Amino acid sequence: MLHVRDISITFNPGTVNEKTALSHLSLHLAPGDFATVIGSNGAGKSTLLGAVAGSFTVDSGSITLDGQDVTFLPNHRRSVVIGRLFQDPLRGTAPSLTIEENLALAYLRSREEKTNPFSRINRKDKEFFAEKLKLLDMGLEDRMRQPVGLLSGGQRQALTLLMATLVTPKLLLLDEHTAALDPATAEKVLELTRTIVAERRITCLMVTHNMKQALELGSRTLMMASGNIVLDVSGPERAGMTVNDLLRRFKAGTGEDLDNDRMLLSE
Amino acid sequence: MLLITQTALELGFQYALVAMALFLSYRILDVADLTTDGCFVLGAAVSVTLAAAGHPVLAIPAAMLAGACAGFVTAFLQTRMGVPSILAGIITNTGLYTVNLMVMGWRSNASLLRADTVFTLLRSTGLGGGWYELLLSAALTLLAGGLLWLFLGTRLGLSIRATGDNRDMVRSSSVNPTFTVTVGLCVANALTGLSGAVVGQAQKSADINMGTGIVVIGLACLVIGETVLGRGGMGRGILAVLAGSVIYRFLYAAILYTKIVPIDCLKLLVAAIVALAIAAPTLKSGAAFQRRRLAARRKEAR
Repeated sequence: MLHVRDISITFNPGTVNEKTALSHLSLHLAPGDFATVIGSNGAGKSTLLGAVAGSFTVDSGSITLDGQDVTFLPNHRRSVVIGRLFQDPLRGTAPSLTIEENLALAYLRSREEKTNPFSRINRKDKEFFAEKLKLLDMGLEDRMRQPVGLLSGGQRQALTLLMATLVTPKLLLLDEHTAALDPATAEKVLELTRTIVAERRITCLMVTHNMKQALELGSRTLMMASGNIVLDVSGPERAGMTVNDLLRRFKAGTGEDLDNDRMLLSE
Repeated sequence: MLLITQTALELGFQYALVAMALFLSYRILDVADLTTDGCFVLGAAVSVTLAAAGHPVLAIPAAMLAGACAGFVTAFLQTRMGVPSILAGIITNTGLYTVNLMVMGWRSNASLLRADTVFTLLRSTGLGGGWYELLLSAALTLLAGGLLWLFLGTRLGLSIRATGDNRDMVRSSSVNPTFTVTVGLCVANALTGLSGAVVGQAQKSADINMGTGIVVIGLACLVIGETVLGRGGMGRGILAVLAGSVIYRFLYAAILYTKIVPIDCLKLLVAAIVALAIAAPTLKSGAAFQRRRLAARRKEAR
């Protein structure tokens, strides 16, 4: 599904702030793969997601999604097939628009909706949105005409998740999307993520700072250090792994301790 | 008195279109669009010149198209060329000065002596009696307002509204914010052009300086309207600028009539009112901070 071949990104080249964020990184995700990504501060996790989503253009290498070369495709064109959630729960929704208006915008990603820019939200759309909102189990289906700015961070992140998957994306990018939520809400959003991704077999790449989550969720775990993937485990090897095993493997691979000031080693 | 009321209403409706344009650019898109002054003159110049050539009706859409083009230039500068949005408007505005002179045949004003205007055309049908000018101004403005309201409810309108709110979110909905800003500014400046066109034909003249300060007056109308009707959805916003513009013209007439303030000082007064109104949230939080500090100090002293 996703083929990342030998990509590199250097920020501020030729200045004192030069920083190699990604260095000859390659990654292949098969359809339905759900990979979690962990790594030290500045290892390039978010840059990798940004490069795949099109926030940054790569200096070299190529990115192919479902057979289509997207390396030089701008951000908004890639978002037709890529859903993305950020750590900041406010980043994925427009606060002064109502819930149904936000959903209507997210629904623009489906081809049929885009053909007529002057179409309006009709009853069929509303029923469809309400039905989807019910899945969140937050009572939002009764508040569809309220501005999103009135919702809590957790509700907004759950809504963003719904919006990102309203039209099933080929790839879902999650950048620590539960890190800024309180534990109970985080658990809820995570559960929703698990259900939606599993039900529709969405290929997914999720950055997390929670080691336990990294091993429990999904089918594959990637560890990053200095702009590259240093560890890639899946299958039976991963199934038997503990957080400590993971840390040991990281040290063996890089010669350093895993250093992330937000890392949760256990819970 | 009746004449004053009539004139105030007429001007209120005619200039409400500028406030409506600013509602779209400043309030919805969150872009301070300073193309407005020059664009207003452009609308008037195109309208008066075409009316003088015998096409008063065609002059109206032509002025809107000209306004949209001016908006496109500003949008192009800020979205594609990386020019800061305020500067982009000022640059277009400066360029428009020459364009406006050109439209008026390299003269600083143009007038309609005996030529027909949309207003005289309506008068000759006898519709509206002595109120024909108000009738037409109100009809055009209400039509534009209604269409704008409908437009903001479409999917394209929603994308424009979201652009002023959260550009990242617009991008992840597979819409290019460059496109939505461009469409928004074109529509806004078409409205400003329409305002200029109507005012030009109503006054039977266009002058190179008739747009000076119009952006601030438009903002004043926006602020007045929002103070009176409050902020809320799109419908309320559009009604608010209408109300604001009419109220402004009544205040203007009252000042003109009673001479409380010398009329030459009016622009300074308007500028001060707009500055205060826009600064209000900051002033309020500043005052609250000082109150808390004083209260804490008093507690300590005790």
